[in-house]
Amino acid sequence: MIFLKLIVTNLLRHRVRSLISVAGIAFSVAAMLTVVTILQGAIGMFSGILSSDSEIIVFERNVSDLFFSNVPAAALEEISSWPTVAHADPVLFGVVSSSDHPIITCFGVTAADARIRKAVWIAGDKLAFGQHSDDVVLGERAAEFLGAKIDDHVPIGHGIFHVIGILKTANGFEDGGVFMPLNSAQGFFHKEGTSSVITIKLRNKDDAALFKTMVGEKFTNLIGLEDAEFTRSYSQFKILKATAWAVGGCGLLLGGFGVANTMIMSVFTRIREIAILRVNGFSGLQIAVMIFGESAVVSLAGAVLGLVTGSGLLYALKLVPALHGYVDVTLQPVVMLIVILLALITGIAGALYPAAYAMRIRAVEALRFE
Amino acid sequence: MNSSTTAQKNTEPRVVLRAEGVWKSYDDGAISVLKGVAFEVIEGQTVALCGPSGCGKSTLLHLFGGLDFPEQGRVSVNGAEVNRHRNLLHLLRHEVGFVFQLHNLIPDLTLEENCLIPTVAAGIDRRTAQTRIHLLVERTGLTHRLGHRIQKLSGGERQRTALCRALMNRPKILLADEPTGSLDEHASGAVFDLLLEIVATEGVTLVMATHDRGLAARCDRLLEMHDGRIHEPVSA
Repeated sequence: MIFLKLIVTNLLRHRVRSLISVAGIAFSVAAMLTVVTILQGAIGMFSGILSSDSEIIVFERNVSDLFFSNVPAAALEEISSWPTVAHADPVLFGVVSSSDHPIITCFGVTAADARIRKAVWIAGDKLAFGQHSDDVVLGERAAEFLGAKIDDHVPIGHGIFHVIGILKTANGFEDGGVFMPLNSAQGFFHKEGTSSVITIKLRNKDDAALFKTMVGEKFTNLIGLEDAEFTRSYSQFKILKATAWAVGGCGLLLGGFGVANTMIMSVFTRIREIAILRVNGFSGLQIAVMIFGESAVVSLAGAVLGLVTGSGLLYALKLVPALHGYVDVTLQPVVMLIVILLALITGIAGALYPAAYAMRIRAVEALRFE
Repeated sequence: MNSSTTAQKNTEPRVVLRAEGVWKSYDDGAISVLKGVAFEVIEGQTVALCGPSGCGKSTLLHLFGGLDFPEQGRVSVNGAEVNRHRNLLHLLRHEVGFVFQLHNLIPDLTLEENCLIPTVAAGIDRRTAQTRIHLLVERTGLTHRLGHRIQKLSGGERQRTALCRALMNRPKILLADEPTGSLDEHASGAVFDLLLEIVATEGVTLVMATHDRGLAARCDRLLEMHDGRIHEPVSA
């Protein structure tokens, strides 16, 4: 109890300095939490597009981005005929632009695709999809920012398209995207006879391993991955995740410098007090634990404040109409745990030098120079 | 060895502090403070070290407490040499207590919390510590101040608190460096009376550095220090 009070007392003595350190950690934690959660949400949404009513994705091996993947129609035809496959849906990804929106994701799909079949149609008839090459179906938000309604003709990229339906979906990419018949998309993006991926629904999920082996054996330039595998291994996701953690990590590093500064000042301003503790029997280890305890209190307080601030920020982002559907702000417990642990490690790392300095304080010197 | 010799041995006064040819200097030898100091203190004695500022009184106390080490010679406490090989934590936690001119209490803590610091360091259980602190504050007349912060205490009360803290772990040797030096004459006398009373009651050996010859004269022995050496007057 006294030990704990010794830790807290010194922080309370220099309230402003302690608060600045707590704020430094809190902002770092909030930044890391926000960036990581938004990117995790984005990755989750992108994965959601691929895993819609399917378990396996087939795409071109070693491709850096699915937009560059080319899966030939012949492969689609053969895979569809395998007895393990319930259905195989080709999807062609493309990016188009309109006058106000430089990037609109375009999905080339067949009428049988789950995105078309199972989506909530706000306007239009799903049976009409794919009958004309200039037909498009818009996501609700895409319709909103394009100012389009059913039967309108809208300029997308270098073409004019006829809006035959508007979909409502919780996925931000789909909600802000354009759905074209696969053939039209292939022509529009000059990718005749190919798709970016094939999403596979198996008759029996237990056949996943067999299916992947068959893909590897039959098509040396293609790879089949289960959804979870894809999310883990897709290089773009890995880059995004690494970037998010790196950005957050830099923030925490700065926070750590703040803690280090506070702890150094904390030790320098009470050398005599530490000397007195030594004279009263405190070991170097006990002194170090006291210093680490102080930094741990600062870090934990910062982490908690940062989590609250970050959650608030994410909630505020969720309310921004322009970001609707793009940001999944669900806080993942594992992310929260990692952020708290990182904050704690940062705080302890920041206290390493001050603790080592405090351990080396010689009581006799501190007492001689009163 | 016959029984009468054994009995004689047992009744011989035990030397608890010993300095043998102790040399100590500062600033790489530029300032010589102790020049071959040698003396002994037997158990239960009260010893006053007198001398001008800078004569080495505090240094000598620091050497006995293991806070510093001599360049030459030996310093022993309870028969064991105080050097880097000795368990200095045990020495500070259980064998010696320190009282300084400035009380050196932690101002943000209460009297009780300050006194408990040595027990926390030594890992003494809370109940034992509480029993001890209540006994000491009763003897020093501080019971009513137990929960008060140090800022609320008078100079005399602070010094009495420092005395309680020094005796918390029942050390048998008390090293006091100008314990009344920061107090006025009245408070100084009162604190010193208390100090002598408690060391007598607890059977503690006291070595006190002081400028106050009046107080020094009340100790069992008076050691004069000057020019880095000790000169014991014929009568104290």
